[in-house]
Amino acid sequence: MSFWQFLASNWSELLLLVRQHIVLVFVSILVAVIIGVPVGILLTRYRALRGPVLGIANVMQTIPSLALFGFLIPLPFIGGIGTRTALVALVLYSLLPIIRNTVTGILNVDPNVREAAVAMGMTGGQVLRQVELPLAMGVIVTGIRVATVIAVGVTTIAAAVGAGGLGVYIFRGLRQYDNNLLLAGALSAALLALAADSLLGLVERQFSFETKRSGTVVRKLALAVAIVLVIGGAAFWLSRSTPSSENHIAVGSKDFTESALLAEIVAQMLEARGVSVERRFELGGNLPHEALVAGTLDLYPEYTGTSYTAILQHAPITDPRAVYDQVKREYADRFKVEVSQPLGFENTFAILVRGEDARRLNLKTISNAATEAPRWRAGFGQDFMSRADGYPGFSKTYGLKFAEVREMDLSLTYIALSSKQVDLIAGNSTEGRIPTLDLFQLADDRRYFPPYEAVYLVRQDSLARVPALPEVLSKLANAISTDEMRRLNYEIDGQKRDPKEVVKEWLKGKGF
Amino acid sequence: MPLVQFHNVTYSLPNATIISDLNLTVEQGETLVLLGESGCGKTTTLKLINRLLTPSAGEVRVEGKSTTAWDPIELRRRIGYVIQEGGLFPHFTIARNVGLVPALSGWEPARTHERVREMLNLVGLDPDRFAERYPRELSGGQRQRVGVARALAADPPLLLLDEPFGALDPLTRASLQREFAELSTRLGKTAVLVTHDVREAMILGQRIGLMHKGQLLLLETPEAFRASDNPQARAYLETLNVNGGDH
Repeated sequence: MSFWQFLASNWSELLLLVRQHIVLVFVSILVAVIIGVPVGILLTRYRALRGPVLGIANVMQTIPSLALFGFLIPLPFIGGIGTRTALVALVLYSLLPIIRNTVTGILNVDPNVREAAVAMGMTGGQVLRQVELPLAMGVIVTGIRVATVIAVGVTTIAAAVGAGGLGVYIFRGLRQYDNNLLLAGALSAALLALAADSLLGLVERQFSFETKRSGTVVRKLALAVAIVLVIGGAAFWLSRSTPSSENHIAVGSKDFTESALLAEIVAQMLEARGVSVERRFELGGNLPHEALVAGTLDLYPEYTGTSYTAILQHAPITDPRAVYDQVKREYADRFKVEVSQPLGFENTFAILVRGEDARRLNLKTISNAATEAPRWRAGFGQDFMSRADGYPGFSKTYGLKFAEVREMDLSLTYIALSSKQVDLIAGNSTEGRIPTLDLFQLADDRRYFPPYEAVYLVRQDSLARVPALPEVLSKLANAISTDEMRRLNYEIDGQKRDPKEVVKEWLKGKGF
Repeated sequence: MPLVQFHNVTYSLPNATIISDLNLTVEQGETLVLLGESGCGKTTTLKLINRLLTPSAGEVRVEGKSTTAWDPIELRRRIGYVIQEGGLFPHFTIARNVGLVPALSGWEPARTHERVREMLNLVGLDPDRFAERYPRELSGGQRQRVGVARALAADPPLLLLDEPFGALDPLTRASLQREFAELSTRLGKTAVLVTHDVREAMILGQRIGLMHKGQLLLLETPEAFRASDNPQARAYLETLNVNGGDH
């Protein structure tokens, strides 16, 4: 397909990306001006602040943009994924040239003119508004111009945190070895930078009162910086992610057995259909999510409840359908990520007691255990103790008061329970050792725990790119029961078997 | 009552004394010239009058009231101030520059407009030609005239001039000096003018104060100054003789 054909068939999407790009740049520059100019004015009044503040702004700008996005992602309020994070980073980048030029512009006002203004009987505010700011405006606009051109470049990297913009085409083009995408993204960004530069150049000229300023040097520098940022960002991306094509998929997983196992299932099914699979298993924390949004991963297995509470930051609710629908809708809107059909099992917190206790005391539900709790010791993992849907709400919902609560490593709690070190634990419902250690799962009769249905999260563009992917995912819908999952986990954790072998066997049995 | 009085005024910076124990009065209607070389404290003396600076010790009184007792904004609006090149605002038109203090003082726009034309005529600039121009479009001499017009616009009782003609070529300077002498006599303004040019001091001053290293060495009429046997005064007068009528 020629570049012109590509443009003809993709112009509406391209325009959308251009619009996103402009909005990101415009809003961030606007905010940076609203913050930067007053800060600059303040720095001309308080000399002692000048060094430290300019120093901080300077350091801000030396942080590579992808790294800055990375720092911002885990922060509350200003961080996270998407437009907000991108805007925060862009504002931080734009501040330095604006603050610095405000300071320079005001300090460079002819001291005779300033003295004359004071001697004429102007108040401090009048000197600032009528003399200093108008005379500094040319230099300030130059700063805004530099910041804008840089922001146009940095915004291409904002696509990495899911903020959209022309970076989407650039990154996609790099991943897919598609020069049309690459060209459309990069060319548009370059044209935007040129347009913004000449527009602000016109504004700048309005404020040239005495002599012609040497703006060309600054402009060339800014353009060079923008180009370097685009190319540098692209090169960085190229070096860290293997480019994907129709026959290439990057599958990720979280850092525990079940997640890796579910990832391995998809990987083997895809390989059987001639797709080359890059395995990026055992990723910690929110990394799989970030990588998925950034496009370094095409898919990974997740639990609806985790997406709902940890990623989307909603308060836990108990209706599985509502959680699934909400997650599906928000992921599509915010991350352009598709949520697969549920795989057929949940991996929720399982409140476990010893089988012998359950039989002896005739315990069926967690409510049944409330009367026993004051005589019991409980053992919980760190995760359960701290998360929103964990211990505090749990003990309150069921009115549980334990003789003692021990915080310990999750995997040790099973052994601690069976060896009578503790009497109740919160394990995973799909843990393979539940049947083998003769543990009993008490029913969550008050529906406290939110649903944790297993699903695959897949990028929409990956679904469109790899035809085998939708087929594989539809096969896996409702294909794995809780008992089956427990058995698979046990094969690996309990019997120490090779996950690849276990998966191969299971697939054969299923006829996939 | 003298318009300006210096009572034992000292002005010092952390590491230097600029003015020490200065006593001086400026009478209503006179033009007093402070003469001295660079760094003698004459400009500082000027700035102590409109409170761009305040004394470290002693007191400067304007219209009988200490400058520190004045509201600085009100004080400065009652004092015209002219500096080299006029200190014009490059982003204001000539009309806006001249009308600055009236506008700041809240005059009616029509009255300010009328006053600006009157002032430009007074300093020999055709309002129709110059009012809407910017300072950069004017020659140095024209800018200096605008500076004087601006200082006079709000009809202040006192005029301070800091080397007003210093940056001009000799011919322009000479003609402006003559015009200013004529103007100040006609308007009867009180003025304090600072210069390092003894010839200018002779032409413009009703009294000449000779400053040296932060002190007032003598304060005389031009005739008495010419007859003085003070060595500093003699040194200045000799330059006048050597250069003949040129400088």
